Amino acid sequence: MSVREISVDEITKTIRRLCMESNTDLGDDVIEAYKKGLETEDSPVAKDIFRQYLENAKISKEEGIALCQDTGLAVVFVELGQDVHIVGGDLYKAIDEGVRQGYKDGYLRPSSLDPLTRKNFGDNTPAIVHIEMVPGDKLKLTVAPKGFGSENMSRVVLFAPAVGVEGVKKYIIQRVDESGPNPCPPVVVGVGIGGTFEKAALIAKKAITRPLGQRNPNPDIAKLELELLEEINKLGIGPQGLGGKVTAFDVHIETYPTHIASIPVAVNIQCHCDRHKEAVL
Amino acid sequence: MEESIRITTPLTDEILEKLNIGDRVLISGIIYTGRDAAHKRLVELVEKGEELPFDIKGQIIYYVGPTPPKPGMAIGSAGPTTSYRMDPYAPILMEKGLKDMIGKGSRGENVIEAIKKFKAVYFGATGGAGALISKAVKKAEVVAYEDLGPEAIRRLEVENFPVIVVNDIHGRDLYVEGKKKYRAL
Repeated sequence: MSVREISVDEITKTIRRLCMESNTDLGDDVIEAYKKGLETEDSPVAKDIFRQYLENAKISKEEGIALCQDTGLAVVFVELGQDVHIVGGDLYKAIDEGVRQGYKDGYLRPSSLDPLTRKNFGDNTPAIVHIEMVPGDKLKLTVAPKGFGSENMSRVVLFAPAVGVEGVKKYIIQRVDESGPNPCPPVVVGVGIGGTFEKAALIAKKAITRPLGQRNPNPDIAKLELELLEEINKLGIGPQGLGGKVTAFDVHIETYPTHIASIPVAVNIQCHCDRHKEAVL
Repeated sequence: MEESIRITTPLTDEILEKLNIGDRVLISGIIYTGRDAAHKRLVELVEKGEELPFDIKGQIIYYVGPTPPKPGMAIGSAGPTTSYRMDPYAPILMEKGLKDMIGKGSRGENVIEAIKKFKAVYFGATGGAGALISKAVKKAEVVAYEDLGPEAIRRLEVENFPVIVVNDIHGRDLYVEGKKKYRAL
């Protein structure tokens, strides 16, 4: 198998474009979920919120104004084919340069800062980069800007095995219930079950980038996703937490083997503005 | 949107008396922006007994950190940020005369109590609709803390700025009542 070369310049250019597109162009799956929400709700206030979401998405796409002022930290998933050779520089630097250019040229808000001094870096770098090695000679880049109204509502917990599936379900529902209006519902609930402390969080985050309505390939997990979605939509929170029938658009669960002593559970909440764009080089 | 109530700032007690939770309201006039870092600085000034950089009496603060404006626009994307982070500061500002707040998300007990005590209103703007909301902002100028970038305090001239009454001066809370009405568990 020969090695394929990909230049860092191409990576920078692609990241720049994905940052701008993800912040102004919602996926069709999300637009459809808004339309379905508008039909499902009966309260005038909840209906009005869905109309605003739809109008907002239209204005954002047509005029290139960010969907939300919280243009997030730039979370970047990299699936790096093991037969790819990156040339011309450093991959992390190339991604950061793409974020720097995309956020500046797209009039996106710089939100990244020092966690303690709170001094804003002004260019939204560094990106939060997760690299996964995969077979093949392609490079897949996914940019998923993560707003922190919803990120702040997310949690990781390490349960004793005695808690069981019922306990895990109860916890996930409770997390959405306690988050109430804060994460800008209807939410997408990314759940990671298993692994270690950090693995659970990472698979929960990646679960959010799955298209709405797409189920986990394991039928038992898929069933669990649908059961949770049904229960969550009985909470009454509704769009913007003002009361309604649509509290979540979907629940995406990813699992990973874990230790005999634990059930790690991560719940990563995503707001209704479920932004992510991908490209394959 | 035909059922919306149109109001103009300053919001007097007479105007606020008529507002009830769930009312869709269009605000025109002047509002000020402020979020985490600006609130911290304002409250530090109050604690030192110093003057605030703008006259807060009877005013509205909108919790927002907008994106940079594109050429020809007054402001960039400008939806609300989550309000609870301003809870430690809001009652102190209400005591100084702040009348209303626009944000999104639940408020703590301390703020709910202060809202009742000072007869204030908490409005919810639609989170994740920043492009739509930007259209209601006709003019924006930084009045304090320019060094904070998106967190600077701005004076906004708004026209038909869309909000919903979440906490009214009659002590009701839409987040509590709305959820209760639709809860099926």
